[in-house]
Amino acid sequence: MAARDSDSDEDLVSYGTGLDPLEEGAGRMGRRSGACSELRSGHCAPGWATERDSVSKKKNGDEDLSEFGIAPKAIVTTDDFASKTKDRIREKARQLAAATAPIPGATLLDDLITPAKLSVGFELLRKMGWKEGQGVGPRVKRRPRRQKPDPGIKIYGCALPPGSSEGSEGEDDDYLPDNVTFAPKDVTPVDFTPKDNVHGLAYKGLDPHQALFGTSGEHFNLFGGGSERAGDLGEIGLNKGRKLGISGQAFGVGALEEEDDDIYATETLSKYDTVLKDEEPGDGLYGWTAPRQYKNQKESEKDLRYIGKILDGFSLASKPLSSKKIYPPPELPRDYRPVHYFRPMVATTSENSHLLQVLSESAGKATPDPGTHSKHQLNASKRAELLGETPIQGSATSVLEFLSQKDKERIKEMKQATDLKAAQLKARSLAQNAQSSRAQPSPAAAVGHCSWHVALGGGMATLKASNFKPFAKDPEKQKRYEEFLVHMKQGQKDALERCLDPSMTEWERGRERDEFARAALLYASSHSTLSSRFTHAKEEDDSDQVEVPRDQENDVGDKQSAVKMKMFGKLTRDTFEWHPDKLLCKRFNVPDPYPDSTLVGLPRVKRDKYSVFNFLTLPETASLPTTQAPSEKVSQHRGPDKSRKPSRWDTAKQEKKEDSVSEFLSLARSKAGPPKQESSPLVNKEEERAPESSTNQTVNKGVDAQAEGEGSRPSMDLFRAIFASSSDEKSSSSEDEQGDSEDDQAGSGEANFQSSQGTDLGETSSVAHALMPAPQEPPPSIPIQKMQIDEREEFGPRLPPVFCPNNKDKHKTKKEHRRKKEKKKKHRKHKHKGKQKNKKPEKNSSSESSDSSDSQSDEETADVSPQELLRRLKSLPLRRQ
Amino acid sequence: MAFPEPKPRPPELPQKRLKTLDCGQGAVRAVRFNVDGNYCLTCGSDKTLKLWNPLRGTLLRTYSGHGYEVLDAAGSFDNSSLCSGGGDKAVVLWDVASGQVMRKFRGHAGKVNTVQFNEEATVILSGSIDSSIRCWDCRSRRPEPVQTLDEARDGVSSVKVSDHEVLAGSVDGRMRRYDLRMGQLFSDYVGSECGRGCGTGREDGGPARGTPASLTYPSLPQGPITCTCFSRDGQCTLVSSLDSTLRLLDKDTGELLGEYKGHKNQEYKLDCCLSERDTHVVSCSEDGKVFFWDLVEGVLALALPVGRGVVQSLAYHPTEPCLLTALGGSIQCWREEAYEAEDGAG
Repeated sequence: MAARDSDSDEDLVSYGTGLDPLEEGAGRMGRRSGACSELRSGHCAPGWATERDSVSKKKNGDEDLSEFGIAPKAIVTTDDFASKTKDRIREKARQLAAATAPIPGATLLDDLITPAKLSVGFELLRKMGWKEGQGVGPRVKRRPRRQKPDPGIKIYGCALPPGSSEGSEGEDDDYLPDNVTFAPKDVTPVDFTPKDNVHGLAYKGLDPHQALFGTSGEHFNLFGGGSERAGDLGEIGLNKGRKLGISGQAFGVGALEEEDDDIYATETLSKYDTVLKDEEPGDGLYGWTAPRQYKNQKESEKDLRYIGKILDGFSLASKPLSSKKIYPPPELPRDYRPVHYFRPMVATTSENSHLLQVLSESAGKATPDPGTHSKHQLNASKRAELLGETPIQGSATSVLEFLSQKDKERIKEMKQATDLKAAQLKARSLAQNAQSSRAQPSPAAAVGHCSWHVALGGGMATLKASNFKPFAKDPEKQKRYEEFLVHMKQGQKDALERCLDPSMTEWERGRERDEFARAALLYASSHSTLSSRFTHAKEEDDSDQVEVPRDQENDVGDKQSAVKMKMFGKLTRDTFEWHPDKLLCKRFNVPDPYPDSTLVGLPRVKRDKYSVFNFLTLPETASLPTTQAPSEKVSQHRGPDKSRKPSRWDTAKQEKKEDSVSEFLSLARSKAGPPKQESSPLVNKEEERAPESSTNQTVNKGVDAQAEGEGSRPSMDLFRAIFASSSDEKSSSSEDEQGDSEDDQAGSGEANFQSSQGTDLGETSSVAHALMPAPQEPPPSIPIQKMQIDEREEFGPRLPPVFCPNNKDKHKTKKEHRRKKEKKKKHRKHKHKGKQKNKKPEKNSSSESSDSSDSQSDEETADVSPQELLRRLKSLPLRRQ
Repeated sequence: MAFPEPKPRPPELPQKRLKTLDCGQGAVRAVRFNVDGNYCLTCGSDKTLKLWNPLRGTLLRTYSGHGYEVLDAAGSFDNSSLCSGGGDKAVVLWDVASGQVMRKFRGHAGKVNTVQFNEEATVILSGSIDSSIRCWDCRSRRPEPVQTLDEARDGVSSVKVSDHEVLAGSVDGRMRRYDLRMGQLFSDYVGSECGRGCGTGREDGGPARGTPASLTYPSLPQGPITCTCFSRDGQCTLVSSLDSTLRLLDKDTGELLGEYKGHKNQEYKLDCCLSERDTHVVSCSEDGKVFFWDLVEGVLALALPVGRGVVQSLAYHPTEPCLLTALGGSIQCWREEAYEAEDGAG
């Protein structure tokens, strides 16, 4: 196979080889029938086949890789798309062949055999009742068309002269009953072939077909007027005699010559009247026997002579165009002097107001009122002021002022860099000068200094001396250096001299001068080069918000039951707004459904990382970061690294239990409005204090999602209090395992958490310290603990204690007990956090109705609508024990 | 002068075994027709992809370049290129004629279960066990996907593409349809309780043949979706899941139109499809048969015995009653009873 492949690969597809022998063709064609029925139908030029075809017949299967195989090398019009209309060129060729063939009309046979292939449009039209030769459109009555156009109607544009179109038809004035309609006339389509030659307009070259065989071409209508005599013997003879002649419009006529009438027109006697008739023949010539061709054309002839040939579809206008009316130029005022001079522009200030006045007076108009400026005296800023625009920052005197701050900086940097080069050169010369002038400063050196100052000073103007301390070891010297820089900035020429210690020797001074100069240069250069190598961070590393999808697929539990009942449809379907990538739309040839949005995928919203319960208290104050939002779980699910997703069986159970919380959250969110970022300072603090615990990044991305979830979860009782937990308690085996392993830390985390919610803070913190997890414990517990400490400084509403009334004391004494009790619930809880799912309102009834046994105290809350619940939450007074 | 359309024949099911090809590439993970149904692709567990003329049984080309078994392949509309995805997490774009790798898209974090071209073969969509669908641009040289559809919660087992939609079935029991024109995502939950403890027994052949790529989940609380497809009229979607059930859903509303049972599909990722004129629902089965159901009535029309083992994959001809099945290391070509080979080459 390989050998064959390589073999066939080397085959070049070359056209022009003869077709296979006949006996071979039958089988092969049949096989390839699907791909190339064109060969059969005769639409492929017969007798042309690729070399490959002829070769491949020996190689079984190679044709699969040829033109019509699976990997075509060339683009071939398949039968489906081939034009079915008759090819004009081929038609002509056939006619030609028919004429020249020994038996004229032999191709008639071919025509009979030609497969009838019609285009789809053709067939469709036919089925709709169309027939060849008719036009397309509704059937019309002929009557109205014969009416003369209303003279009142003006015809604009290129309209055919009236009567010309109808003239051909309907001249026969038969009686047409009213109920007879006619198909519209077939219209020959306008030929829109582009003109790609250099011939004149409407030039037609010699048509060999017509020239040679004389089939009623227009060239033989040269004697146009005499066509009524076409039946004459002479006419026939003429046609026969001309069969091999050549005739053409521009044949033998030079480009610059005026065209002769028709140099090939042959005058025959038949064109002349040979018999004098008695009476007037009715042609109004009264015996004038000039050739017929001159008879009727007399008047139009002279027009045509300079107009040239009239294009198809056009006719000479009967009326001449009305000449354009020429209007005289406007009258100039008498005292108009065609000279313009520019008035000097003088800014209006207090000093030159007099001058202005004089100027304006000289211009012929006195300043009407100093208060109201004339139009020309206002500048842009004043106009803006008048218009009530906010003034642009800074005095807008130069274009540079309008640049953005960033651009300005860039320009400055550039300038600095160029200045620097010059300064370096200067500085070098300065160093030399300094050396030479060490003994006695010469005026030349002073000049050198001066120039150097100017050069360097410009570059240094923006530099801060504080950042770069080249002489930090010697504070005295550093001080002098800084002084030097300051002087430099102020542009003082003797900056160097001034700041040097007067007690130093000349030599020392000289050296220091060199040092300072070099240091200044170095500093400047290092500043600019370094700054060019760094860029600002695009994203804040320590942002406290995560992006989570706005909508999420909701509860699976309900869906499962729906599936069980085979109630597919609304119950099992979630619909989301989804934004395809722009490029994807382009590739799919689909208009972008959201052309204005830059979003891709599901819409996401930013939410605080630690914030789920912040939303509950958001409207009153800045929220307490007491509760860590479980949204990390979400981010974990939606995060970029999909390979890390939990396996399907634990998500499956999670999803069942999440919905009630998520629904509540979504409600709360909708109440609370856009989430705000509040917990950032605390988080930062946290990070500083506990750097050894992985940064909040890793925390949030969740290396160990499970442990993290456990640690950062709010009190279970809180959940239970808010929502009657769902009835199904079953958890998969994996969950149990995990639950066991994480039991301790989770319990402590929980306890901490609960303590933070409703109990004395002082106690809580101590407890929290006591319970502080070992260093090797997962990081999330640390943030919680820190937050509790922070809580003392932060004042704001805590989660109301009413939600965990029975836990308040318990959490210290009965921790163990509670842990056992809640062991199973934990999993549910952390899954609550894991995915906040929006749930349709009608669903909550089902989840709420399935109450668990341990939440009797909160039965009434379960009945209350979530909005009401939220309201109550907010209005509850803080209770301190 | 066009002849009137012949009267539509009653649908015929391909039940005559025309040919059996031993592909010689280990287990055949998938068999796929090309766009016009004249050729087929087989994905082998020996890292190769092969192009065949199934009717004549000739091997046209072998494409090697994958680093692990090939799990799915598709041909472009113009037959000029192929795409394939496999256990090496890569999606490969092949040049049909030269057999060369044109592009290799890397980015999936797990093995690629399914690949599809879009209508104009400008984008390859690949669904992976990493629960994402990635849209790779064949036009630009960008190494990253144009877009990643990561809504699935679990591995994506099946992706199908229409002119403006992407249909994806996932192991999380949901079928998601991304409508590019409307800019919406429709997520239909289809998963249901697995009938019985989904077994782990594999009755498939020896190691040389390899075992079918199974969705190895020790216990499955729901029915993960193994295959989805559009009906040819674009109105319905067919979903098969591991609860040995195929469901026909209304595409627009998600309502259940039909349910087809009787075959066995509890463990492996098996293919299903609709017949060439949407008359029948066709599915592989783990008991070595191919099942045909009448689409409207939902009754079993035919259980076509293919052989011993799991019928791993199947492909239905786009226009004719012609079926390809893959079982073990070979593929079978089936035609209707009345079919007679047109050419003598058979």
